[in-house]
Amino acid sequence: MSDVPGARTPPAGGSDADARAAVGRAHRDDWAAVLASTVRTARDLDLAEECVQEAYAAALTGWPRDGVPRNPAAWLTTVARRRALDAIRREQAFRARLPLLVEPSGADDPDDPAALLTAEPPALLDPTGTPDDVLRLVFLCCHPALAQEAQLALTLRLVCGLATPDVARTLLVSEPTMAARITRAKKKIAAARIPFRTPRGAELPERMPAVLGVVHLLFTAGHTAPSGPALVRGDVADRALALARRLHRLMPDEPEVGGLLALLLAVDARRATRVDDAGRLVRLEDQDRSRWDRDALAEADALVVAALRSGRAGRYALQAAIASLYADAPTYAETDWPQLVALYDRLLVLWPSPVVALNRAVPLAEAHGPAVALAEVDRLARDPRLDRYPYLPALRADLLRRLDRPADAATAYREALALTANDAERAFLADRLAGLGRLGATARDA
Amino acid sequence: MAQYAILIFDEPAAGDYTPEQQEASERYADELVASGAMVTAFALRGADTATSLRSDLVTDGPFVDTKEVVAGFYVVEAPDLDAALDLARANPAVAWGRGGLEVRPVGGSITSAAR
Repeated sequence: MSDVPGARTPPAGGSDADARAAVGRAHRDDWAAVLASTVRTARDLDLAEECVQEAYAAALTGWPRDGVPRNPAAWLTTVARRRALDAIRREQAFRARLPLLVEPSGADDPDDPAALLTAEPPALLDPTGTPDDVLRLVFLCCHPALAQEAQLALTLRLVCGLATPDVARTLLVSEPTMAARITRAKKKIAAARIPFRTPRGAELPERMPAVLGVVHLLFTAGHTAPSGPALVRGDVADRALALARRLHRLMPDEPEVGGLLALLLAVDARRATRVDDAGRLVRLEDQDRSRWDRDALAEADALVVAALRSGRAGRYALQAAIASLYADAPTYAETDWPQLVALYDRLLVLWPSPVVALNRAVPLAEAHGPAVALAEVDRLARDPRLDRYPYLPALRADLLRRLDRPADAATAYREALALTANDAERAFLADRLAGLGRLGATARDA
Repeated sequence: MAQYAILIFDEPAAGDYTPEQQEASERYADELVASGAMVTAFALRGADTATSLRSDLVTDGPFVDTKEVVAGFYVVEAPDLDAALDLARANPAVAWGRGGLEVRPVGGSITSAAR
């Protein structure tokens, strides 16, 4: 493959391990760009994926032998696109398949497979995966015509480069179910002709929530595992953070993208202190603030400021502002509660969700006392959307405990326990419930 | 270009369209025809005039018993799903809060040459 771009570093000094590490890095950093360019050539998601996988496999055998190319992404893209063209040539599949609709990248689409088929090899040596192509891939995966669970699966598979079993494990779904979900989504993309293009102008704000929602959902799945033994699944949260970072690089001027990244950073900065060594949940007020990731919090703060300054701060930016404000206080008691209530009020205007209203009750209790907050929680309890939401009875229980109503608090803790599936959260609630018992006993003894 | 069928779901319980709604619908259809996007369109009589067949059973009424029933459908020509959704979104009925639209790619078609 002498016409592959980039002079190689000679293999002399490098070891097999170095070359393998380089392939691993290229997989993590460049998968989406390589795939996005290859999609442009292959005009078929399955074929593109196959070719990109083959390119990485070729790198695994080739790089230890020949050295790591100077531009690994360009090398991988060239190999993958060449394979795609070979496949098209071989099977003439291009004509038989329903081609993916690829928005031309320039005036006289140099990526037209028909033209590439007859082109000289140098035509393949164009720069890899323009940022635009990666964005097109992201918006394709998160098209509103696909169900959110399909959006999430496709994003993990195509943008993050996860194999189907890993996607299944990440989203806690069986492998056959996940495989079927991905196949079905790809089939719909082809049959309904969902285009490989970036939404423009007025379309962009419409399409953005789906993209941000997918990243946020992924982070939430890692931050508080919906079920199972561990509260946090760090690898999943890391993946969401990396995705948010990539989106922010691709769309630096979208305040909500910065807002989302800030939110994930501000929440994740506390990851190490959210559970103790035994895996038990530690409340925000009991967390060791000296162990919070100050770099992440500073980065989040800067992003929040930029988003608020833009005058177009949306719900993610406001949530990030709330998380930042919580984290900025030197101690829990010194948190700026009235300011938090004010931020929640702004958030509620943009996002009138009962869950947001419930979270607002937390600073409300500190700013105006637990009785005021309890009245608000009881009002919210009438909203059927919160019927099975475990944090409502959990918060209610805590307020009742502070209002010295242990019997009512115990009932509420039991309600919360019945609705909670995460083991760490269950242990926390059970512990609180037991604490009430002791309190009650002490009261009786006295 | 591809063809998409747009199925109109309507809530019969909401009563007849008002004259304004009727007029808005016609204007929308005229625009689709004028732009060249409209392939064909059919309005259906009320679901209470429908007869359904399932194996050897003939029953009165629409096939699926739901609040919203198919009231008509039209076929448009569009380059991709986004464009087809834009055409559908322009249908004033979307905003009337009495049903909505379903957009489905057409898989094939047969038209009698005699018609």
